[in-house]
Amino acid sequence: MNSALFLVLRRMRAPLCVLIVSYAVAMLGLVMIPGVDAEGHPWRMSFFHAFYVLSYTATTIGFGEVPYAFTNAQRLWMIASIYLTVIAWIYAIGKLLQLMQDPAFRQVFRTSAFARSVRRLREPFYIVCGYGETGSELVDAFDHRGVQTVVIDVNPARVAETELADLHFDVPALEADVRSPETLVQAGLHHPKCMGIIALTNDDRANLAVAATAKLLRRDLRVVCRCESSDIAFNMASFGTDHVVNPYALFGQHLATAVRRPGHFLLREWLSAAPDELLREPLFPPTGRWILCGFGRFGREIARGLETEGNRVAVVEVDPRIDTPLASVHGRGTEADVLTQAGIPEAVGLVAGTADDVNNLSITRTARRMNADLFVVIRQNQRASGMLVDAVGADLVVQPTMVVVHACLAALMAPMLARFLDTVSDFDNAWANELLARIAGIMGDRVPESWALEVSERATPALARAVATVDVPLAALLGDPRDRAEPLPAIALAIERDGDLVVLPEDREALQPGDRVLFCGRGRGRRAQQLTVGNDNVLRYILTGQDIPGGWIWERLTARAPVEEELAR
Amino acid sequence: MNLEKVVFGFFIILAMTLNFGFFIGDMADPVQHNVYEMYAAIVVSLIATVLKFGDRTQVGALHLATSLVADLQLIAGAVIWAYAQHATVEGVTPSTVSGVVSLSGGAFLANLVSAALLIIETAQLRR
Repeated sequence: MNSALFLVLRRMRAPLCVLIVSYAVAMLGLVMIPGVDAEGHPWRMSFFHAFYVLSYTATTIGFGEVPYAFTNAQRLWMIASIYLTVIAWIYAIGKLLQLMQDPAFRQVFRTSAFARSVRRLREPFYIVCGYGETGSELVDAFDHRGVQTVVIDVNPARVAETELADLHFDVPALEADVRSPETLVQAGLHHPKCMGIIALTNDDRANLAVAATAKLLRRDLRVVCRCESSDIAFNMASFGTDHVVNPYALFGQHLATAVRRPGHFLLREWLSAAPDELLREPLFPPTGRWILCGFGRFGREIARGLETEGNRVAVVEVDPRIDTPLASVHGRGTEADVLTQAGIPEAVGLVAGTADDVNNLSITRTARRMNADLFVVIRQNQRASGMLVDAVGADLVVQPTMVVVHACLAALMAPMLARFLDTVSDFDNAWANELLARIAGIMGDRVPESWALEVSERATPALARAVATVDVPLAALLGDPRDRAEPLPAIALAIERDGDLVVLPEDREALQPGDRVLFCGRGRGRRAQQLTVGNDNVLRYILTGQDIPGGWIWERLTARAPVEEELAR
Repeated sequence: MNLEKVVFGFFIILAMTLNFGFFIGDMADPVQHNVYEMYAAIVVSLIATVLKFGDRTQVGALHLATSLVADLQLIAGAVIWAYAQHATVEGVTPSTVSGVVSLSGGAFLANLVSAALLIIETAQLRR
């Protein structure tokens, strides 16, 4: 604001000088020219009256000739003064309006308004650099989870979209280049409530600049970057970037998992989807001959993923400049003869993975008509194509943007869940199916929530006190505070202890101070658990089965032994 | 030589000298204080203020502040004078004149500070 004000004052110097001088000249003339009063005596106008007369003539209001009718000499001067002062006013006002329209001035004004609203943030927030398809989905997802965000994008049209987006939070957005450190500071890099920064622009080098700035200026900040090339990813890691997301590689791995170990794929999908979504049905992609349309960065990663699972891949690519393997067909994939050439009748699966949604839809339709049993994976590039992609009925829809969003959310909001999924990805499919069956048993057809619980005085006071004196089994956290025989709708997925991860711990496992436990299940389970770990009396009931009235007097009256003794028994 | 500096210095010094010319003389004697001189002092002081707009330095801020003080005191004096002359039964009394003149004395002090700043600033340049 300060700099905007200074800019206005500096630019307004000339018009204000003109205005003052024109008033001064006009007033002086009115005072000097002799007039006559009502009785015909000579009379001179005072400065006070001159200023009064000018005030209403210069602003084109006009009350007439006061205090006495003017002489012709005075009228002559009035004509000159009116034109002089009115023009001076128009010049000043025009200049001010022109200044308001000035792009540089508007940018200064917007920047200072943005910096002010960031300074005023009182809740923890993340900075999102780049508000494209991925950025807007991520901001949406954060908003859904009740997390404030701040947006920077170089494109003014995208910045304007933040105002139209249906968000609960008022998200400050700035049109600026993220490569400049000053921009990041304005976006709240030094703000005590800033939790982390996510660089999602299409330009790897810009993302690298964000990572470098953030890690050099604030080491404790969590930084997540999108990056497509491996040498820049390496460079990002050297600055200490917490998580680098490569959308193409990530999806290639994803699809490979879906083909070989559908249980694991489904587990990841269930645990990282937004709560209250419907559970996705299990998938069983076949093994055999696959046809892959589009051999860009995305296609290459998918081919690599499919081939490691023992599939044979036939590639269809239209661009002759792209290096394709020997067994490839030249064409778009939308034409029936190209697909026949690629061997559609004996294929088991098809990946419509070009960068064009209409082509992907067309490939899917054509291929399905030629071979109805095909397992079809379709790539959806634009959010707007969602309806069409749903209508075409592919077995698996891949949105590279959503892959990135889920990876960012997992890295920032649920780092323990991300670690759990990475750890169990080596386990066999039967193990995953068993866990899926348990989750489905408590969840029905809804997506589970997942949450982590820390045994500490600050987060879980009652539990921390009990753990310090007696053995508290994990089962205590899974009992219903209303009736301890009833299990809560929740599953303990892992315990993190001294840096190690214990996967699917036993119910008998004794908790220790500093443990972090990862759960998944219904929201009701999480809320009931909060009661158990925060309230001594509830925890005592869960552990001993006795409902003890709280308070010193009731303890005396009922003459109970102290808790510790009771628990030791 | 820089024309902008000449204009800037001219208005600051002129505001001070006009102000001084009005201020000097017997406090309560209306004959010794010319209304035209006061008018000129106000106009020049306003122009000097506008010329100081937009300088973000520390000295620039002080310059602007002294000018605003001078404007405020002079305009207050003019309002008192106009009110006494046109809106009261007694007209301009010696006490009114001494009030106006003492206000202009305060404005003169502010203008003096402004001129001193100008001289210090110039001396520091050593060119």
